[in-house]
Amino acid sequence: MPAPIRLRELIRTIRTARTQAEEREMIQKECAAIRSSFREEDNTYRCRNVAKLLYMHMLGYPAHFGQLECLKLIASQKFTDKRIGYLGAMLLLDERQDVHLLMTNCIKNDLNHSTQYVQGLALCTLGCMGSSEMCRDLAGEVEKLLKTSNSYLRKKAALCAVHVIRKVPELMEMFLPATKNLLSEKNHGVLHTSVVLLTEMCERSPDMLSHFRKVLILVPQLVRILKNLIMSGYSPEHDVSGISDPFLQVRILRLLRILGRSDDDSSEAMNDILAQVATNTETSKNVGNAILYETVLTIMDIKSESGLRVLAINILGRFLLNNDKNIRYVALTSLLKTVQTDHNAVQRHRSTIVDCLKDLDVSIKRRAMELSFALVNGNNIRGMMKELLYFLDSCDPEFKADCASGVFLAAEKYAPSKRWHIDTIMRVLTTAGSYVRDDSVPNLIQLITNSVEMHAYTVQRLYKALLDDISQQPLVQVASWCIGEYGDLLVSGQCEEEEPIQVTEDEVLDVLEGLLVSNLSAPVTRGYSLTAIMKLSTRFSSVNRIKKVVSIYGSSIDVELQQRAVEYNALFKKYDHMRPALLERMPIMEKTATNGPSEIVQTNGETDSTVLDTKHPPTITQPPSQGNDLLDLLGGNDVVPVIQTSLPTKPPSAGGELLDLLGDLSLTGAPPPAPASVPSVPMSQPPFLLDGLSSQPLFNDIGTGIPPMTAYNKNGLKIEFMFERSNPNPNIAVITIHASNSTEADMTDFVFQAAVPKTFQLQLLSPSSNVVPALNQGNVTQVIRVLNPQKQQLRMRIKLTYTYKGSPVQDLAEVNNFPPQSWQ
Amino acid sequence: AKSSRSNTVRQGKLRLQKWYTATAERDKKKMVRELMQVVLARKPKMCSFLEWRDLKIVYKRYASLYFCCAVEEQDNELITLEVIHRFVELLDKYFGSVCELDIIFNFEKAYFILDEFLMGGEIQDTSKKSVLKAIEQADLLQEVCDVHLGLL
Repeated sequence: MPAPIRLRELIRTIRTARTQAEEREMIQKECAAIRSSFREEDNTYRCRNVAKLLYMHMLGYPAHFGQLECLKLIASQKFTDKRIGYLGAMLLLDERQDVHLLMTNCIKNDLNHSTQYVQGLALCTLGCMGSSEMCRDLAGEVEKLLKTSNSYLRKKAALCAVHVIRKVPELMEMFLPATKNLLSEKNHGVLHTSVVLLTEMCERSPDMLSHFRKVLILVPQLVRILKNLIMSGYSPEHDVSGISDPFLQVRILRLLRILGRSDDDSSEAMNDILAQVATNTETSKNVGNAILYETVLTIMDIKSESGLRVLAINILGRFLLNNDKNIRYVALTSLLKTVQTDHNAVQRHRSTIVDCLKDLDVSIKRRAMELSFALVNGNNIRGMMKELLYFLDSCDPEFKADCASGVFLAAEKYAPSKRWHIDTIMRVLTTAGSYVRDDSVPNLIQLITNSVEMHAYTVQRLYKALLDDISQQPLVQVASWCIGEYGDLLVSGQCEEEEPIQVTEDEVLDVLEGLLVSNLSAPVTRGYSLTAIMKLSTRFSSVNRIKKVVSIYGSSIDVELQQRAVEYNALFKKYDHMRPALLERMPIMEKTATNGPSEIVQTNGETDSTVLDTKHPPTITQPPSQGNDLLDLLGGNDVVPVIQTSLPTKPPSAGGELLDLLGDLSLTGAPPPAPASVPSVPMSQPPFLLDGLSSQPLFNDIGTGIPPMTAYNKNGLKIEFMFERSNPNPNIAVITIHASNSTEADMTDFVFQAAVPKTFQLQLLSPSSNVVPALNQGNVTQVIRVLNPQKQQLRMRIKLTYTYKGSPVQDLAEVNNFPPQSWQ
Repeated sequence: AKSSRSNTVRQGKLRLQKWYTATAERDKKKMVRELMQVVLARKPKMCSFLEWRDLKIVYKRYASLYFCCAVEEQDNELITLEVIHRFVELLDKYFGSVCELDIIFNFEKAYFILDEFLMGGEIQDTSKKSVLKAIEQADLLQEVCDVHLGLL
């Protein structure tokens, strides 16, 4: 039987293969030979065959049939066999296969072998890939070896113990006794691995940490070792570019960090050595900077005095100027971690950081960007924003979304003026408009709405932007919305901030209609556009044109668009009297919590608390129908325009406030109703969203004990109030009105409205219907919820409108006779 | 460097790989492929560190070989570069001006050196001399053992 082909021979042969297919053929042939050799239990050449198998495995070919052979090699007495066997085990086996457990016994024997190199092989294998079971079984052996005087074995045992602890943390205790005099070793290998072991134990167990601090008093020992390394002369064995054992220095610094963290005494004990290392380490080569880097990390993490912290930050500042980009990279990373706690110190390096925005390396750019945003404040906003906007223009697409979000956030916090703010937004939308996050659109709309004096300027700028480019959806959406709201300002040519442009109603409608038909427009954008057009029906005079557009889209394939158009049509046809109020200008909106990019401003896991300082008040959407009238009549000042409702707290959809305003109708996503059935949706009332309460009247339990009252009784229309306390919140009174009609004709188009004094809040839910049938044949019921936190006396003004025998009727009344229990 | 893994790659060919965390074979292959792509796409002007999945990759090119280490969040990237350099120095000393072919034809020896230098991703001995001495002695043992057979 000829000896199997040698390893190097095989490698040579395989490398001559010119194609993948040829290689595969060679491999298959050899594998077949190896398999039969295994079957024949060839002991002599087993290690040669396994070695070849390992080579083929590295090329990507399957080698699982060699797993058992590795175990046989490990069990052999020949050193070569063991060496290859253990290597094979580490490459081919892992803890997922049960067969690995068969190694345990061999390893145990080899841990006690007479030859230290065999012991070393066993320790290495256990320490690299030992499973939890193996670790449990063999921990005792490892612990024994941790106490040996043989430094070759001791250093390996320490790292093996680290692995055991990682796999089976409960075993940590058993290694404690052996750690007692680990640091008194002279051998650097043992020292290094001991420090690693101590670090692992301290990180995992607060008790251990405390023990090492107080009982073993590690810090002075570590300080001493470190000092010797720094002060000692040239030691050829451990020297790297003039520095003595940098690897050990770095590990010691890291252990010091853990010991000094949150501990004043320990931190103080290491203060001097840290200062020494920070000032004396040679910085010309990477190795010195590696030590400085670790030192800085330690200084920043322990309770160091401020002088030391400033020293650390300055080191980082110097790093930023280093030619070596790796150094700049770690500097930026570290500065990002400290920018919150040492803000002023980091600010001093702001211009260097900003320069890093221009770096060629992507990781450096990203960190510089994050850091830049973290450094923006009220004083430097203008300058910083210039740099960041410039960065936004030219940066890679992967950055644009985060950068845009960051700009919006910073602008919101520190904008020096409203105009600057709007200009900044415009800049972002026009240069990075397609990368802007979806949630920016509602946020921006809110911002624009609230900047009342800038409306004319904003709409003009947005309109001009649309003329240039309609491809960037967020820009187009915001612009559409603005034009819908402020189109009247646009055509009237009022603009204080800059030269007003001349534009006609038709031109504006052309643009909006253009958006509807363009295939650049996303479906959501079309929705915005259609709604904007509709709004203009109360701001422009070209109502007929708008009516036409709206009716065309009533048969749009796009379900959303169709539904909208159908509803708008209905507005024109049946509810025209409500149209002006419905489409009125939006009021100032209260801020909801920003759900913007607080991520990138985070450092050390701390969010900038000012971002989230607004709570969740309900967004007030408006308007009261015929609101202006009501306000006037109520004398304006002491009464708040009423009918508020809270939106359900779900994330704003891409359509933002508008979709919500026009109803729970479009949100259900139900197939669009045929036009005839639309009116059955409660449109008799400005359709504010329900906050989850059903529109069914809450039939009042007489048991609440609050007697009902008659609020109004005139001309045959009687309105009674029934009371109930809202369970979760005793400050809320729930009133159900019952409207009845004793005359001989129906009262149609019935609308009930109410207003309350400022200290109250009122919410009106949808009525059961808008027809009060004649001759008391039925009631219209409607639920009012009144929030009365100050427990003041409840007063109300109500307004009733309806059509009676063809003529419109309207009446106002004061309701002052509320029973005390309803508001106390 | 706790769960670090080092591999040596040339134009997409793997020459050595070491895993210090238990990973399924299939996942290892996938990760190696991905990582190779990412590293080979790096331009010379870029820094030696990149973020990949939840790890930091430290890599350095020596002639035709890339040496890559995956380290954890808290690990010091700059010293990792030194670790890589130390390994290359060991190979260099052992093979005498090491080149890629040495590693191809003697991959098992490269592994022996690696396993004498690192365990579980951590350095066993910071003395070059000490590591090389141990390898030398082990090689001697192997020779003695193989003296009649030239086993490998």
